[in-house]
Amino acid sequence: MKTLKELEEIRQRTLESVNLRKDRTGARVVVGMATCGIAAGARPILMTFLEEIKNRSLNDVTVTQTGCIGVCRLEPMVEVYLPGKDKVTYVKMTPEKVKRIVAEHLVNNQVVQEFTIGATEKND
Amino acid sequence: MELYRSHVLVCGGTGCHSSGSGDLIDHFNRDLKKYGIEKEVKVVQTGCFGLCEVGPIVIVYPEGAFYSRVKDEDVTEIVSEHLVKGRIVKHLLYHDSVDVDHEIRSLDEVPFYQKQMRVALRNCGVINPENIDEYIAFDGYMALGKVLTEMTPEDVIALLKESGLRGRGGAGFPAGLKWEFTYKAKGDKKFVACNADEGDPGAFMDRSILEGDPHSVIEAMTIAGYTVGADQGYIYVRAEYPIAVERLTKAIAQAREYGLLGKNILGTDFSFDLELRLGAGAFVCGEETALLASIEGDRGEPRPRPPFPAVKGLFGKPTLLNNVETYANIPQIILKGSDWFQGIGTERSKGTKVFALGGKINNTGLVEVPMGTTLREIIYEIGGGIPEGRTFKAAQTGGPSGGCIPAEHLDTPIDYDSLSSIGSMMGSGGLIVMDEDNCMVDIARFFLEFTVEESCGKCPPCRIGTKRMLDLLNKIAEGKGEEGDLEKLEELGEGIKIASLCGLGQSAPNPVLSTIKYFRDEYEEHIRDKKCRAGVCQALLQYIIIEDKCRSCGLCARVCPVNAISGQKKQPYVIDQDPCIKCGACMEKCPFDAIVKR
Repeated sequence: MKTLKELEEIRQRTLESVNLRKDRTGARVVVGMATCGIAAGARPILMTFLEEIKNRSLNDVTVTQTGCIGVCRLEPMVEVYLPGKDKVTYVKMTPEKVKRIVAEHLVNNQVVQEFTIGATEKND
Repeated sequence: MELYRSHVLVCGGTGCHSSGSGDLIDHFNRDLKKYGIEKEVKVVQTGCFGLCEVGPIVIVYPEGAFYSRVKDEDVTEIVSEHLVKGRIVKHLLYHDSVDVDHEIRSLDEVPFYQKQMRVALRNCGVINPENIDEYIAFDGYMALGKVLTEMTPEDVIALLKESGLRGRGGAGFPAGLKWEFTYKAKGDKKFVACNADEGDPGAFMDRSILEGDPHSVIEAMTIAGYTVGADQGYIYVRAEYPIAVERLTKAIAQAREYGLLGKNILGTDFSFDLELRLGAGAFVCGEETALLASIEGDRGEPRPRPPFPAVKGLFGKPTLLNNVETYANIPQIILKGSDWFQGIGTERSKGTKVFALGGKINNTGLVEVPMGTTLREIIYEIGGGIPEGRTFKAAQTGGPSGGCIPAEHLDTPIDYDSLSSIGSMMGSGGLIVMDEDNCMVDIARFFLEFTVEESCGKCPPCRIGTKRMLDLLNKIAEGKGEEGDLEKLEELGEGIKIASLCGLGQSAPNPVLSTIKYFRDEYEEHIRDKKCRAGVCQALLQYIIIEDKCRSCGLCARVCPVNAISGQKKQPYVIDQDPCIKCGACMEKCPFDAIVKR
């Protein structure tokens, strides 16, 4: 038998998963998933985002995918949109980079400058 | 529970189900596996989205892409393009769901949904009705928790009375009062029952609630059990609703498993359980006393009231009986408060009402609007108007118990009182739209045929009276009407309304009386001029060959099944009206449009 507290736990837990079906206003993470992106390893990137977001219970973040962003040599690429802010493009993504982006950009609102397309292009 | 990046919601209501949505789900799952993305994308079967006209419907989140009339081969494209590559398949989107610049609108901005307010249908098309956790996620069973831990039965009754909720089954009796009567009635045992015997031709809102959100009814009935002091409830649902029965059965089992039904609910000392009773499809069993008799295992016949079920109901015990839609409103009222509910609707009709749109309307389907919305808004703004640019003639509300509303009342705000003031009634919420091609005598005849068929035969006014009325209507439709027939119909009708035992007979004359009231000239044309302006009443029609247009090809004569057409080469053909059975085969066949119906 369930108590009211257990009911509340089920509610919280399930809400994370069904929240997707409401119109959301929070951050949007877009992963480039054209042939180039997938070949460069975009799928593990996408999965790591989902995993990290779930672990941190970030209810208002949408993860979605898009086609070729155009700079195939820098794939896997990810674009992060925060409400009211300019888009930030991260390139040459790895699962480790994902973890830092979630922690610093999505949670603490600090762009991880070193992974952005601007920083990478300068160093190259 | 796993987190997915995308949810594919497939409508599993009866409408979409019968156009093949079950196969679509299998296909989605197969294709997702094929591309290895079954862990990223989840396919969910939901209840009715309401826009049955363009089903099967598939909505893909987070984009909110609304795909309509999805065919099997479309699934392949949606998976490979949208779900794998993230490219929305624009040509499959529902046309009203995209802006001029091809951007997807949010669902609230689609014209069909814009004016709607979903309270009773809030979860339909959003959750998977077969998964109790999803119901809980959207505040399910929170109202029950609140009632059991913070409220006394008196509190619940006071809240319901303040809210102004009235029964959604048709008559509009204040729900709070009904609960109070049952609560105050003396009895060692009491029952709670749900009327899910939706029988009006064209009405399917209760079915959609049961299919799309069964737990909302279960939760409300449990709250009702606590309030009136019952430990047992029955849901009386039609056997013709197999999907609703199946989902209710699953939902009851899940609620029992979670201890939300059964002994000591949520750890309190309140116990309550539910059982289903399947109705065999008699319309009269939607009448409350007949319904209770049927649950007891007796023949479904009404009995005189009082005593009302609240005093002497099921097995002679005080019984609370509400309709599906009434129950579906209750958890929301408890969670959001009576002020919230009071704020919706008109002065004496609070909240929303679900209507099943049918007949001559573009967006056939299910809509929920605040009380007080006008018929014009429902038909033209939500319903998308009448097909092929035809003209609105009348709308029938309340099915065989209701009446028709002519064009002059299109701007009447719809609520219980304004509908009855113009000779119709809210009924359970069927709304059938008619255009100039519908004959009002024929419509009245259709509904009366239904009630004659469904009359249980217990009381003579209904059994004999409605049959006599039907005889008169048949006479008029066959061109044998006489002066005085209309007056006879009116007199009979008024008598049947007063003298019948139950609601079936008391309301059966309504479609006839209201069509006579608003379309008397059309009846008189049938009687005096032997003419049916809509071209529906066969006996009053003639098929005629226009001489100038006839090329004497002889096709019509060859296709006529009764050899009523004759002619010679170079002479126009002629139809002999006597043997003609008015099948219309000649008119259909004529390559020169030389045959007309008058």
